[in-house]
Amino acid sequence: MSSTGSTDSAKSTRKTGDGLAKKTEKLKLDEAQSATPSPPKVKSKGLDVPKLWSESKDTRKSAAAFVVIGHVDHGKSTLMGRLLLDAGAVAQRDIDKYKKQATELNKSSFALAWVMDTGSEERERGVTVDIAQHPFQTANTDFTILDAPGHRDFVPNMLAGATMADLAVLVVDANQLESGMKGQTKEHILLAKACGLSKVVVAVNKLDATAPKAWDEQTFHHVKAEVGKLLQSVGFEKEDVLYVPCSGLGGTNVVNPAPSSGDTAWVTGASGTLLHHLESSPAASPADDQVKAPLRMQIADVFRGSITNPLSVSGRIAAGNVQVGDIVVIQPSGEKATIRGIEVSSEPGDWAVATELCTLHLADIDPVHLRAGDVLCSTAQPVGVIRSFVTQVEVLEPLLPQGVDVHVGRLHVPGSVAALISTVDAKGEVVRKKPRVAKAGETANVKVVLETGAPLPVGERVVLRSGGSTVASGRVGSVSVGR
Amino acid sequence: MRLIKQNIEQKDGSGTATLLPEEPEDMWHAYNLIRPNDLLRASAVRKIIQESGSGSRSVDRVHTTLTIRVTKLDFDPQASQLHVSGRVAEENKHVKLGSYHTLDLELQRNFTLEKNEGWDSVAIDTLKESINQDAKAQLWAVVMQEGLANICLITDHQTILRQRVETSLPKKRAGSSDHDKSVQRFYQTTYDSLLRQIDLSDPKPLLLASPGFTASSFQQFIKTQAASGANKQLQQLLQKIIVAHSASAHLHSLSEVLASPAVTSKLSDTKFARETQLMDRFFELMRNDDARAWYGPKECEAAVERAAVGKGGGVLLISNALFRSQEIKTRQRWVKLVDEVKEQGGEVRVLSSMHESGKRLEGLGGIAAILTYPIEDLGDEIEENGEEDDAWMNGDGNGHMNGIEGRREYDEDIDI
Repeated sequence: MSSTGSTDSAKSTRKTGDGLAKKTEKLKLDEAQSATPSPPKVKSKGLDVPKLWSESKDTRKSAAAFVVIGHVDHGKSTLMGRLLLDAGAVAQRDIDKYKKQATELNKSSFALAWVMDTGSEERERGVTVDIAQHPFQTANTDFTILDAPGHRDFVPNMLAGATMADLAVLVVDANQLESGMKGQTKEHILLAKACGLSKVVVAVNKLDATAPKAWDEQTFHHVKAEVGKLLQSVGFEKEDVLYVPCSGLGGTNVVNPAPSSGDTAWVTGASGTLLHHLESSPAASPADDQVKAPLRMQIADVFRGSITNPLSVSGRIAAGNVQVGDIVVIQPSGEKATIRGIEVSSEPGDWAVATELCTLHLADIDPVHLRAGDVLCSTAQPVGVIRSFVTQVEVLEPLLPQGVDVHVGRLHVPGSVAALISTVDAKGEVVRKKPRVAKAGETANVKVVLETGAPLPVGERVVLRSGGSTVASGRVGSVSVGR
Repeated sequence: MRLIKQNIEQKDGSGTATLLPEEPEDMWHAYNLIRPNDLLRASAVRKIIQESGSGSRSVDRVHTTLTIRVTKLDFDPQASQLHVSGRVAEENKHVKLGSYHTLDLELQRNFTLEKNEGWDSVAIDTLKESINQDAKAQLWAVVMQEGLANICLITDHQTILRQRVETSLPKKRAGSSDHDKSVQRFYQTTYDSLLRQIDLSDPKPLLLASPGFTASSFQQFIKTQAASGANKQLQQLLQKIIVAHSASAHLHSLSEVLASPAVTSKLSDTKFARETQLMDRFFELMRNDDARAWYGPKECEAAVERAAVGKGGGVLLISNALFRSQEIKTRQRWVKLVDEVKEQGGEVRVLSSMHESGKRLEGLGGIAAILTYPIEDLGDEIEENGEEDDAWMNGDGNGHMNGIEGRREYDEDIDI
C-alpha cells in the first residue's frame, strides 16, 4: 500500500504503479470518489440479445475465423504475413522494419512470419510456439486468423486454435510433402476433424521453389491427390475441400492473382486466389437454439486488456449469448464475475452471441480464479466439474489402460484410460467386450478418469494424447463427478 | 535401513527382525514390510491420565516401549512419515493390554517386527532390499511447460512430487511484453521453489524436462542467476543439470523422460531405469497386439499355470501395492505366484507403486507378464470361467478385490 496517498483517498484500495502513473490514478480516484463512494456497479441494460441478433442478422457483415494448420516449416506464418500485407491489414513499413531486424539475426526470410510470431522466443528460434490471433477485413467479410504452431511439441496450442475456428487452412509445402504426411500435416488433419471442423482450404505452398522448374503443375496435382486421399480417409467430404496453388514468400496467388503468362499461366485457370477461396467459404451462422442456449465459453487467454480494463479474457462463445452487466460463473473455481465490457473483432459492443470470437472485460473477481482453459458460463446452468467420463473414441494409436493427457481446446488435464469397455463396429454394435487392447482404426468405448476435476459438458469433443502423440479422439458420453 | 539383529527361521519364516531406519526413504520400506496383524515393537510416547482418590487428574507423558498388533498403516509420502495403529499386545506398567496406540516410527530409533503369518519370500526380498546399503541413486526432476512445473524427487523406490508451480500466463499479443514478463516471473517462482527443496551443499543431478524450449530456457535462467548471484554452490549445481524432452508437464510424462538416452546414460543400472525399460517393452508388445504380453491378475495367473513365464525371457511385473493387501489370502495368492515364476526360472520385478512405471502398471491391474511363447486364447479362456473376478477391468468392481490398496475406486453409477 502506498504511503503517499492523501487522507481522503487513503481508503481507496486499488493503487498500483508508481511515479506519474500513480499521480494520474490518484486524480481519477478522487474524481470517482466524490461521485460514488463505492466502485460503480456495472448496470445491465437488460437487452433481449437473441432478438437483437436476429434483427441484425441481415445487415451484419459475415465473419469467419480460420485456423492455419500444417507441418512445421511449411510456411504457415509467412503465408499469413503475406495475406495480411497484401490485404492491407499490415503496413509495408512494418514489414520493412521486421526485415531489417530479421536480417540482423540472419533470418531475413522470416520477416513476413514475424507479423504472426510476436514472441521473442519465437523470433529467435524461427518457430511458432503459440496461436497468433489477427483480425483483418475485406469488403464483405471480417476474418480472424488463428495461426497455429506446426511443431509437434506445440500441438496442444494448435488444438486451442482449432476449437475456435470455423474452417481450416491447411498449408502444405509442395517440396516437403513426405515429411508432413508422416508428421503434423497428418496429425493436424486428424485433430481438425476431431475438433469438429468440416471445411478445409488446402494451400499448396512454396510452388515457386519446385525442382527442377518453378511452378511445376504436376507437383501441384500430385500434392492435391495425396492430401485429398488423406483428407477423405479421415472423413472430410470432397466438396468441402478446396485447393489453392500459391507462394507465401513471393506473394503469388495469395491476394494478388498469379501472372497469366510464363510459368504460372496454369494457375489462374486452376483456381482463384487464397483470399478468394476464403471469401467463398463463409461460416454458417449459429442456429437460434445455439444463441438461446445457456452461455458457455472456454477461456483461451487471460490478460490485462488495458489500464481501464485490468482483467480481460478472450475466447470463442460456444453457446448462448452475453451482454454487458451479466453475472457469469467461472468453472472449475465456481467464482462469479461481472461483465464490464465486450469487444467483438476489436469493436466495443453491448453483447455477443455464440460462434463469435470476443474479448470480455471482467470485474468483481480475483485473477487467481481465472486460468486459460476454464469455462465461463451462465449462473443459471453452469457446466459441471467432473472427475470421470465415458466416451466413444476413434482410436488412432493402440490404446490400453494407460496415462493420457485429456485435451479440450485450451484445457489439458492429466488423466488415465481406466478401462476399455468394448470395441464397436460402424453400426455401433459391440465387437468385443473388455478388449485387452484397442487397435488403431477401431472405435472403442472407454472410461477416462481425470486427476483433477475439469469442466466438461456432455457432448464436448475431447482429444487424448500420450507421449507427444494423439492416441484417440471422441465426444464426452456420460459424465460423473466421482471417480 | 540397518539390520540390527534378526532370528528368522528359513524353514517356516518365524522369528523377528530389528531394524534401524536411517533416512526418510526407509519409512517407505517399513510401510511395505509391516502388515496388519504383525507384531511391532517400538519406542512410544504415551499420555497417561491418572485419577487420584479425590478426583483430581494429572496428565503425564511417558517414554516407553510398546508392542502392538498392527491394525492399520498410514503412510505420508510427502513427509515420509509412517503411522502404525494397533492394539497393545504386551502389558507394561503404563499401558493396559488391548488398549489402542498409534506408533509414529522415527528415524534413528529401532523397531522390531514379527510377522503373524511368518516371513514369506516376498517379505524377505523386501527386507533385503531395504537393508541394501549400496549408494542410492537420487535425482531431482522438474517437468515443465510454460505456466506449469512439477518439481519432484526421484529415488530408487519413489517419485515424490514436492511442489507444483502453476501460474496463469497471458498469451503472446502483438505490442505487449506481458507474456515475456510473466514467463520470467514463472521461471523465478520455479527457481525459488526449487532452491527451497534441494540441498545445495550436496547437489544431486537435476533433470529439466519439457516440450519445446522451456527446459533449456529455464536452464539458461539458472545459469544467469548463478553468474549474477554470490551463491557459489549454484555453480556446482549447474554441472549436474540434464536437459531432456518430455511430451508434457504432467507427471506421467516422466516415464518417457527416464527412458530417454540422455537420462539413462547418466543413471545406468538404477532400478527404475530397468523397470521403465521393461514397462516400455511390455507396452510395445501390447501395442503390436503380441500374444506374448498379457496383463491382469487372472490372465497372468493362467499364463504362469501354463509355465509361460519361465526361463528364456519370461518376466512377471508386479506392483508392490498388491502385497500390501489387507487380506492375508490375497497376499498369499501373489506370493505364491511370485514363487512359482522364480521356480520356473523367470524374472520377477516388484515395481514400486510410488514410481511412474509402477503407476503405469497399476492402471493395468497391478500385474503384467511377458511370456516366453505367445498364447492367443488366454483372454477367451478367462472370459468363459472368470467373469466375477475381473470386474476390475470394468472399473466397477471395488479396488480392494485384487488387493490394490489406494487404487482409485470408480463410481458405479454414471449419471449425466
